Amino acid sequence: MADLAAQGETPEILFWVGCAGAFDDRYKRVTRAFVRILEHVGVKYAVLGMEESCTGDPAKRAGNEFLFQMQAMQNITTLNGYGIKKVVTACPHCFNTIKNEYPALGGEYEVIHHSTFLQQLINEGRVKVEGGESYKGRRITFHDSCYLGRSNNIYEAPRAVLEALDADLVEMKRSKANGLCCGAGGAQMWKEPEPGKKDVNIERTEEALATLDGNAAALDNLYGVESGNAGATPAPKANGQGSIIAVGCPFCMTMMSDGVKNKERENNVQVFDLAELVASAEGLNA
Amino acid sequence: MHFSIQNFLFLLVAIAGFGLFAWQARKIRANISVGRDRDMSGNVSERLNKTLLVAFGQSKMFKRLTPAFLHLIVYVGFLVINVEVIEIMVDGIFGTHRFLQFLGPVYDVLMATNEILGALVIVAVVAFWWRRNRKPPVRRFQGPELRAWPKLDANIILYVEVILMAALFTMNTADLKLHQLRGTEMPGTFPISGLLVGLFPSSEAALHVLERVGWWAHIIGILCFLNYLPSSKHFHIIMAFPNVYYSRLVPQGQFSNVESITHEVKAMMDPSYEVPAPATAPDGSALAPTPFGAKDVNDLAWTNLLNAYSCTECGRCTSVCPANITGKLLSPRKIIMDTRDRMEEKYNSPLIFSPNLYGQEAKHESQEVLDKENHTLLRGYVTPEELWACTTCNACVEACPVNINPLESIVEMRRFLVLEESAAPNSLNVMFSNIENNGAPWAFSPSDRFNWADDLYVAEKEVVTA
Ligand code: SF4
Ligand code: SF4
Repeated sequence: MADLAAQGETPEILFWVGCAGAFDDRYKRVTRAFVRILEHVGVKYAVLGMEESCTGDPAKRAGNEFLFQMQAMQNITTLNGYGIKKVVTACPHCFNTIKNEYPALGGEYEVIHHSTFLQQLINEGRVKVEGGESYKGRRITFHDSCYLGRSNNIYEAPRAVLEALDADLVEMKRSKANGLCCGAGGAQMWKEPEPGKKDVNIERTEEALATLDGNAAALDNLYGVESGNAGATPAPKANGQGSIIAVGCPFCMTMMSDGVKNKERENNVQVFDLAELVASAEGLNA
Repeated sequence: MHFSIQNFLFLLVAIAGFGLFAWQARKIRANISVGRDRDMSGNVSERLNKTLLVAFGQSKMFKRLTPAFLHLIVYVGFLVINVEVIEIMVDGIFGTHRFLQFLGPVYDVLMATNEILGALVIVAVVAFWWRRNRKPPVRRFQGPELRAWPKLDANIILYVEVILMAALFTMNTADLKLHQLRGTEMPGTFPISGLLVGLFPSSEAALHVLERVGWWAHIIGILCFLNYLPSSKHFHIIMAFPNVYYSRLVPQGQFSNVESITHEVKAMMDPSYEVPAPATAPDGSALAPTPFGAKDVNDLAWTNLLNAYSCTECGRCTSVCPANITGKLLSPRKIIMDTRDRMEEKYNSPLIFSPNLYGQEAKHESQEVLDKENHTLLRGYVTPEELWACTTCNACVEACPVNINPLESIVEMRRFLVLEESAAPNSLNVMFSNIENNGAPWAFSPSDRFNWADDLYVAEKEVVTA
């Protein structure tokens, strides 16, 4: 961003990479996939690079309001300094914080989650999701992240992206507003869970796996499933190709991947971010 | 119209009943207003809309069809039967008999609906009773916070509803039979009572007594019930409306920014920033600084306290809570019930019946050793372990049929733990210092922030879709 500013230019969008996108090895791949898409469609974008700092989300959810506001003010100063108007991010936590909590502290931007952004690209025909890997007939289930769904009412965009892939989209019983947390939110990502019967990500992974496998018996044993939810679609057994748990959040990614490993299902179930799926469908993985 | 000692008596009973209720309502109002100030004015039309939809329209109930349907019967029954209560009041005061009969055919429809709803209410109540008392009950009616009083309370409500309906039918059936014996036409249509006349005696005197017994039992029952409400979860039939009206309109993910901290941080970043003068008491003396976050009920916003009086203890929040589902101690319903218990322990205790307190048995062992001095909402009722189990996922907020927000109270208490007591779990303190020192919750150097770009165009297809 600093380079661009030195040339006297402002980008169309600022891509907010987020800490996980910058440091987490798995999520760095998502960052790269998304950047490839941006370059592919020729959007003028910039990243803050080393000038980016944690949004303060984990501090705020953990109750450390002071630290949160320090982070927020610092980031707002940076963003305002560059005259940023539009921010895109692949992290629902960054998205929620910048969109909802920064305005009161002087940071007003148009903030877009990458699922919405990808949906727009597909709608505008700038991304065709063909020419690369085909997902036809592969079973995909989307895990709603709380900070995208319940917190900000974004349920359709990620699904629209997945539908464009022409895959076999199946819904978990607990989905959309009734979705179950992956267990990482509210700063849980950085601490051991409190003692209990099992970890949240295991419960959620079991549900995802049962949905992908069409295992109705396992689904019946889940707690808290809304009886009025007709959205669940336990389908017949999938074909040989691996099924996919799609996510739109770095923490969900970690939690679901750990869950799949814990259940020893890595051989036939993979966890991908929306951006990765779109990039490979578009043939951008070179 | 003929006045008698009965009308005089009725007037006394009614005044006593409503007076007592007003007295209790004032105490509760006082309890709620110990909460911190929060401006909830404005957005009237949006708020009214929400109230219509969520409170009157029960829109959030329909996530679960069976209880929604049963509840709808009782709710509509309550609304319609209230019309008859108006009639009873007028009759009682002015000595009229079935005053609304001037409505003619409308009266027929009204009475018929009333009776059918009354019968359905009894059916629904039996179903409710079964859901709660079968072994094991519906999962959300279990849980450590639902023992003793809350459990009894829920059943009392059901029993009273049956008694009220029975009184109504006694009154109508006796009246109907009286008219039949005298060969006169009784105004209104009474499909259920019509079926019951056979069971009633044929003596006019006895019928007259039965009619009066039904009438008095119904109205006295209602007045007693009205005064029972403030001690009960059933208070939600009143409080749900203001509670929904004053619920938050911002996205659920948006947490409040603490304003006093904003001033401090601004002053740190910009030395020329002028921090507004702290609030002073009316006599000009400085007020004690308010703590960050919430340790006790009076540190919560008044809306959080209003929440506590609106809770129906239905457990929808707890049954969708990921922490609770996976066996952790956290139960959002318990946090809300604790808040109400603590308010009534510290401030105005209710009222006529024994308090809501669900007592010692529901507390965790570690709490019992706490000394009375430290008996605040935080630690006295809610343990840090419960608070730290929350993933701030908003499932409880989404699930609550009366728009209660347990998450807000949880975060306020976390704020107190972190900012006033530095009592966060150690791993979170590590995370805090990472953010402070590296600008990221992990211990990575900020200079590595751009490393992801290094291998942007390295072939990694086999990695991605292995
Ligand atoms: S926000 Fe917290 S208390 Fe509410 S359902 Fe989620 S984890 Fe449970
Ligand atoms: S907070 Fe809401 S959902 Fe939870 S028990 Fe109370 S009324 Fe039910």
